Amino acid sequence: MARARLVGDRTNRMMVQAMQRRSTDVRGRVFQISLLVTLLISLFILGVLIVDVVMDGWGILTGRPGGFLGGTMRSLSDDPKLGVHQALVGTFWIAVFVAVLAFPLGIGAAIWLEEYAPKNRIARFIELNIRNLAGVPSIVYGLLGLLLFVKHLRDVTGGKSIASAGITLAILVLPIVVITAQEAIRAVPQGLKEGAYGVGATKWTMIRSQVLPYAAPGILTGTLLSMSRGIGEAAPLLLVGAVSGRLGRDSGFFDLGDINEEAFMAMPVIIVEWVQNSGRDPGFAAAAAAAIVVLLVFVILTNAAAIFLRNHFEKRRG
Amino acid sequence: MVQTEPESSPTVGLDIDRKVGLTSPEATLNAVFEVENLDVYYGSFRAVQGATFTVYEHEITAMIGPSGCGKTTVLRCFNRMNDLIPGARVEGRVDFRNVPIYDPRIDPVEVRRRIGMVFQKPNPFPKSIYDNIAFGPRVTGMAKKRGDLEEIVERSLRRAALWDEVKDRLKDSALGLSGGQQQRLCIARAIAVDPDVLLMDEPCSALDPIATTRIEDLMQEIKDDYTIVIVTHNMQQAARISNRTAFFTAQLDSTTDRRCGLLVEYDRTETIFSNPSDERTENYVTGRFG
Repeated sequence: MARARLVGDRTNRMMVQAMQRRSTDVRGRVFQISLLVTLLISLFILGVLIVDVVMDGWGILTGRPGGFLGGTMRSLSDDPKLGVHQALVGTFWIAVFVAVLAFPLGIGAAIWLEEYAPKNRIARFIELNIRNLAGVPSIVYGLLGLLLFVKHLRDVTGGKSIASAGITLAILVLPIVVITAQEAIRAVPQGLKEGAYGVGATKWTMIRSQVLPYAAPGILTGTLLSMSRGIGEAAPLLLVGAVSGRLGRDSGFFDLGDINEEAFMAMPVIIVEWVQNSGRDPGFAAAAAAAIVVLLVFVILTNAAAIFLRNHFEKRRG
Repeated sequence: MVQTEPESSPTVGLDIDRKVGLTSPEATLNAVFEVENLDVYYGSFRAVQGATFTVYEHEITAMIGPSGCGKTTVLRCFNRMNDLIPGARVEGRVDFRNVPIYDPRIDPVEVRRRIGMVFQKPNPFPKSIYDNIAFGPRVTGMAKKRGDLEEIVERSLRRAALWDEVKDRLKDSALGLSGGQQQRLCIARAIAVDPDVLLMDEPCSALDPIATTRIEDLMQEIKDDYTIVIVTHNMQQAARISNRTAFFTAQLDSTTDRRCGLLVEYDRTETIFSNPSDERTENYVTGRFG
């Protein structure tokens, strides 16, 4: 049986023509291209920065990598013992302080805010202020560290010590840890929580067995990125008193030895110092560039760890 | 195995009646839930007003009605799931086997263990099939010995007619199952803690007709052991499977100028669908409204 045609010949012809007409979506193309341009500009700037720094520091990094990583602060740039050892140790211990202090505090605060806090005006006020804290200039945290940890709590922290610097930077990244952990916890599907409650789980069981495993990748990424931010900070450390000290002879990597007494170094601070020195001794410019590359590698390693751990947890999430 | 009883069989209604003895007077049936003058508020918004009805043991009670009529809200009152919504407030009486479950001394965790729930969207945990079922028995401390847990998992999966499909891949992620399988997994997960009642919130709305039939067959099979309360958008489903039906509608609340859920009529399913006493019910079940 022949099927009745739904449309007449003329209508059909027009329809086919309309569908075959290749219209050019000019505005769409322009938008797409301008988006690509913004991306390329950002990448270009980043590329120039990296190439410039690597080229400047290339001589030192390839010439005597071991000596540079193991060396200390020197007054002359051509001193063969010039290096970043103290700064690396200082930055490493600062990272440890941030991980030990800021992560548990921040994640704990985030869990409380998301799962336990009553959704009232006080909670909203607290959240608003955490967001504000994340935007406070880092130098202000430096002032806080100088007053509180270096001056008033001198007996506990040992004054201008790695402890003071570590605690200051932990407080600096704390709001960021709280916010990113909150976002991760908020992203846990309500269905999972209800499913757990539905079979008689307590709130604690629900959080431990559903919320935390699901939010773990997000929390991890956020916290480790905030750590990268923390170890790149120079301003607060300048105030807290990262000043050049000298390592004892043959000190190991973890040796705090001399550097914890009124004198420690951190990567961002050594960079600042060397750039300042390059005015009187141009050789320090290359040293600063090499130190920047070392710091970049340190940060990249931290981020790589974040990505690796996130993928690991995401695989477990199913 | 699942019953092969065709869903469209005209004898289904009669069949159900014979099985549960609906012809006997209500007085001989045990009440599971007694709801009286139930009001539910979300903040200042009243979502349900003055619902009064009784759910009986070993029956399937369906709640039907248009969107926004409060049927899901009422269902979530039965196991205090509304507690999880900030600002939700319940007034009136909800008794579960003569225990007022909104009494301040009542522990909602214990209530939820006895009153299981299956949700609209299948929500398996992102864990293995085995761990999904074992979750409830583990957190409630049901399994005393190692072997107990394996036994509970197998029994629950068999009860939910899923065992044969998953017995060789219990360690695989539950997220790899099809939608219908996931929903049966959620039913198995709910019955693994041996609840008294199963609450089902539109359990088939995300499933295709074949998966729906399987779930419906499953409900018929397990209702001898449990009492089932189901919210459904599908009137045919309510007519096919339930013993009693509550029809809700949304009505304009003159004091707040917002729509508020209202229980219009509650009766045996055959009465609701063939001889309802309220005009609104008749309009709804005959498809003239909603």
